[in-house]
Amino acid sequence: MSNVVVDNVWKEYETQVVLERISFETGEHAFVAIVGPSGCGKSTFLRLLMSEERASRGTITIDGEALPPEPTPERGIVFQRYSVFPHLTALQNVLVGLELRDGNFFGRLFGRRRRQARAAAAEMLDHVGLKDASSKYPAQLSGGMQQRLALAQALITKPKVLLLDEPFGALDPGTRKDIHALLLRLWRETQMTVLMVTHDLPEAFTLATRVIAFDRLRNRPEEKAAYGATITFDVDLEAERRWQTMVPQAPVAEAAP
Amino acid sequence: MASRLINLRPNRRVAIALATLPFILSILIYLVFSAARLAENPNDKVLPAPSSFVETFERYVLEPDVRTGDYLLWSDTLASLYRLGSGVAIATLVALVFGIGLGLVPVVGSVFSAFVTAVAMVPPLAVLPILFIALGLGETAKIALIAIGIGPVIMRDLALRVAEIPREQLIKAQSLGASTWQIVWRIVLPQVLPRLIDSVRLVMGQAWLFLIAAEAIAAQSGLGYRIFLMRRYLSMDVILPYVFWITLLAVASDLLLRLLRTWAFPWARGETKAP
Repeated sequence: MSNVVVDNVWKEYETQVVLERISFETGEHAFVAIVGPSGCGKSTFLRLLMSEERASRGTITIDGEALPPEPTPERGIVFQRYSVFPHLTALQNVLVGLELRDGNFFGRLFGRRRRQARAAAAEMLDHVGLKDASSKYPAQLSGGMQQRLALAQALITKPKVLLLDEPFGALDPGTRKDIHALLLRLWRETQMTVLMVTHDLPEAFTLATRVIAFDRLRNRPEEKAAYGATITFDVDLEAERRWQTMVPQAPVAEAAP
Repeated sequence: MASRLINLRPNRRVAIALATLPFILSILIYLVFSAARLAENPNDKVLPAPSSFVETFERYVLEPDVRTGDYLLWSDTLASLYRLGSGVAIATLVALVFGIGLGLVPVVGSVFSAFVTAVAMVPPLAVLPILFIALGLGETAKIALIAIGIGPVIMRDLALRVAEIPREQLIKAQSLGASTWQIVWRIVLPQVLPRLIDSVRLVMGQAWLFLIAAEAIAAQSGLGYRIFLMRRYLSMDVILPYVFWITLLAVASDLLLRLLRTWAFPWARGETKAP
């Protein structure tokens, strides 16, 4: 159960306002897609959620607790690239999550705990469909497989919140569809809240329960630095879907392609 | 047949033949000039005949030296390799520790970055007299020269490599709960080790330079010592085989480092390798 509350968040750099007046509450077990044109600050917003940067004003809380100043295991993340470690095999990439969380000074586990962690990692790898690739290095995996691996790696530590930064932007449409199904399955099986940044609107509307759009309202050159992007649309797809199931729909003949 | 030169690729056998060509050619040129000089003056010492190399070989490799009882080539090689190995090992270890610190930990970078850059600019041979004065004429000064000469170069290279590790990986590791030390052991160190080997391969030439310079100035043994000793007698019949032997050692060490890299870091095989 994890409720992310964003309260009047601003992000300003010295001469530039990037984000202003961002406020929303995800609710528990939500899947929020954040969309917007490039340069609208959606990735900056994700960096705030990851504690990679700090908000200039406003607060972000997870289940009522303010974000710690550093990345922590309660927030998992998958990036578009470089999410997995090139020097570890697929299995080691998943295992390393447990080793880093529970391991010693050197990030290693031993004996029974290591065997348990290994089994858990193998199971997770199987779960994302990478059982046969467990001894391969990321460079030997396709883009889609790498992102599956990244999801497995992020989820092995059971984060409360999963952050996705354009995770499927580099994949071809077929691969993307498969991994969408995987992501939805993983989200339903857990109680985690997902926040996904994407510039792909169809992707946002297929996956999310809620789509939030960031954009700059003032875009004239002389205004650009002084005004940042803010929330321009906030669509609760869950409510729409509930509404649609309540109102009996007239059968509509499928249009011929 | 391709019409452009850039598309003309020799097949394997031709490539091998082409590769040996410059070697054979330079040996031939040597033989021709050597024969010409010896025809004019049978006592010429500058370009000795191949037969005198064989004599030298027998004298230095198979027979003990009259004065010391050592087999000279072997004792020289051992002395030199000990100095070279110690110097390179010390430089590598120190460079690894500081390189990772400089590249990964901003506080360490703030303290040492400018200092290391400045120290790396000091010409090591200019420091040699200081080393001899401070550390004496023994092994320490020679090892120190090699370490001081190549350490900062490796260190700066490693710091850059560490800084090149994508920020995503460091964030990712933190999001999995890793401490700074765990990030060093599990993420940074394994990823820079192959780069470290590349780096060492590139500075090995310099390491030999510093070794031979130190041995030329003050030593009782060593490959560089022997070459510079023999220079007094114009003994090209000793100097040339020694140079050849040093080259062979350098090539072998390069090959070993390259094999070590491929064997120990299978994940890094696809990466661009040092020439």
